[in-house]
Amino acid sequence: MRHLPTIFFHELRVLLLAPSTYIAAVLFLAVMGFVFAGILDSYNQEAQDLSPSFVFFSLFWLPVLFMVPLLTMKCLPEERRAGTLETLLTTPVSTAEVVIGKFAASYTLYVMLWLLTLGFMFILDNYAQDARFLDPGPLIGGYVFIAVSGLLFVSVGVLASSLSRSQAVAGVMAFALLFAIIIGARLVSDLTLLQQEGFTPFRDALENVQVMSHLQDFTRGIIDTRQIIFYLSGTALALIFSILGVEGKVLRS
Amino acid sequence: MQSSAAPQHEPAEEITIDVRELVKTYSGVNAVNGLSFTVRRGEIVGFLGPNGAGKSTTMRILTGFLPATSGYVSVCGIPVASRPDEVKRHIGYMPENNPLPEDMRVGEYIHYRGRLKEISGRRLRERIEAVIERCDLKRVRHRMIGKLSKGFRQRVGIAEAILGDPDVLIMDEPTIGLDPHQIILIRDLISSLRGRMSVLISSHILPEIEMTCDRVIIINSGRIVASGTPRELRREYVGRMVYRLESNASAERVAAILDGVAPQLNINAAEGPDAEGFTAFIIGTPGAEDLGEEMLRRLNAAADVRVRMLGRERSTLEEVFLAATRRSWDLSMEKSGKGGVAR
Repeated sequence: MRHLPTIFFHELRVLLLAPSTYIAAVLFLAVMGFVFAGILDSYNQEAQDLSPSFVFFSLFWLPVLFMVPLLTMKCLPEERRAGTLETLLTTPVSTAEVVIGKFAASYTLYVMLWLLTLGFMFILDNYAQDARFLDPGPLIGGYVFIAVSGLLFVSVGVLASSLSRSQAVAGVMAFALLFAIIIGARLVSDLTLLQQEGFTPFRDALENVQVMSHLQDFTRGIIDTRQIIFYLSGTALALIFSILGVEGKVLRS
Repeated sequence: MQSSAAPQHEPAEEITIDVRELVKTYSGVNAVNGLSFTVRRGEIVGFLGPNGAGKSTTMRILTGFLPATSGYVSVCGIPVASRPDEVKRHIGYMPENNPLPEDMRVGEYIHYRGRLKEISGRRLRERIEAVIERCDLKRVRHRMIGKLSKGFRQRVGIAEAILGDPDVLIMDEPTIGLDPHQIILIRDLISSLRGRMSVLISSHILPEIEMTCDRVIIINSGRIVASGTPRELRREYVGRMVYRLESNASAERVAAILDGVAPQLNINAAEGPDAEGFTAFIIGTPGAEDLGEEMLRRLNAAADVRVRMLGRERSTLEEVFLAATRRSWDLSMEKSGKGGVAR
């Protein structure tokens, strides 16, 4: 793993120079800005039970669904198309280092983009002059959730990019996989078929992988190790499959 | 630099690339079929073959990028199949079409590749200066690779390949798509590596290979069809000599003088008498031995004949290549024919 820092900084540099990163960042900040403004507007109309940051984070999936594919879709298809994957893998670098380096760079950028939204909170704090709006508990819990769940989301994006030669396919695949993880689990658990007696264990298992309920726990300050293990093991699995995906593609190249 | 001062106890005999019975099968098709060859330290070996002969596949296996189906490959005594990571420290590789990232500067790219090749600190700085100097990249050092001309890109690829001062340099079609001037530059660059690294170059530009390489391996359909120095190959596959003579004598007179030098001389007037009365003749001899001296002696002895020049026309490697690949096709046809009869 001695090449990991080299690849990580190289990839981060590539990402910071790529136009698609800035498209993703602008879209992200614009959408989140509108969402935040909308939340503040509703608070203006009447008093709400929940703190604004709680509502803000409950819409996290909206940017994740388009931002993560945009960030990760060019990771591997680009290298494969240009043929630079071949030059990369003929240096003493392992496939694992390449995949993890790319993952780490995309993840860093993902977290950086989310940290930019702290600006919204800062503006709110500055102008509202009301400490009640900025409840530090949900705020910290929300960002911790973003950081932990981001591991899984970005690794799924990397997995999608390792499976395809085309950026567009990788992007669409990442979107579909993320949709399945974030929203699909809830849709499945709502099926009437699962309400039957025999499916109880399955339904219980499904309850534990609900990303939305994880978010609620985190913003309430409950840090459940089961959830952390869910994200970490999911990340590890996605990365292992990405490494296998890259190696499998090389074997048949 | 130190190695040149050291006593020469046959370092040239050290085998750096050893390939034995290499087979690579892609979904049932044998791309490489029982290939065996060795390359010694300091040798420049040309790898020739028609498109799809298995040149690139063999090179990719040598670099540890692709696994072989069967056979044994070692680089500097290290088996590629079981210790690919170690092998990668001994090779410099330039793939076909020389892929480079578009959005990096030349200096940055070479630095990044140096880090990946586990060169660090002062040595990396020295090596970068050395390869930039050697490949004449000073002017474009701070330019974007995507904006460079093809010749410069190719030189960036070579600079990158020799950056780690590897024992074995593998280049897949290094001169493809270059203009003649750039080809000469690249050829000189490769020649300057002679004796320091083992170089394996694939190409189908034959004069290219002939000028740079000590030895040529011709492969076709994944098999070696001929191997040796260009001279040996010419003797074996072309098996005749062609001379060019310019003289003021007539064709009959030349035939009379040269009668008996060799059993079957084939004398043709190529270009009719010019203003000064000299005719150019093309003389073909059946054997591979050099008859130039004997012919010159006889021509000088004849008082009425003036000779302006006598030279050997070298048959090109092209002829060797065509003859060798044709022979391999004939052999494989024969084999399959026999197989059919046996059944």
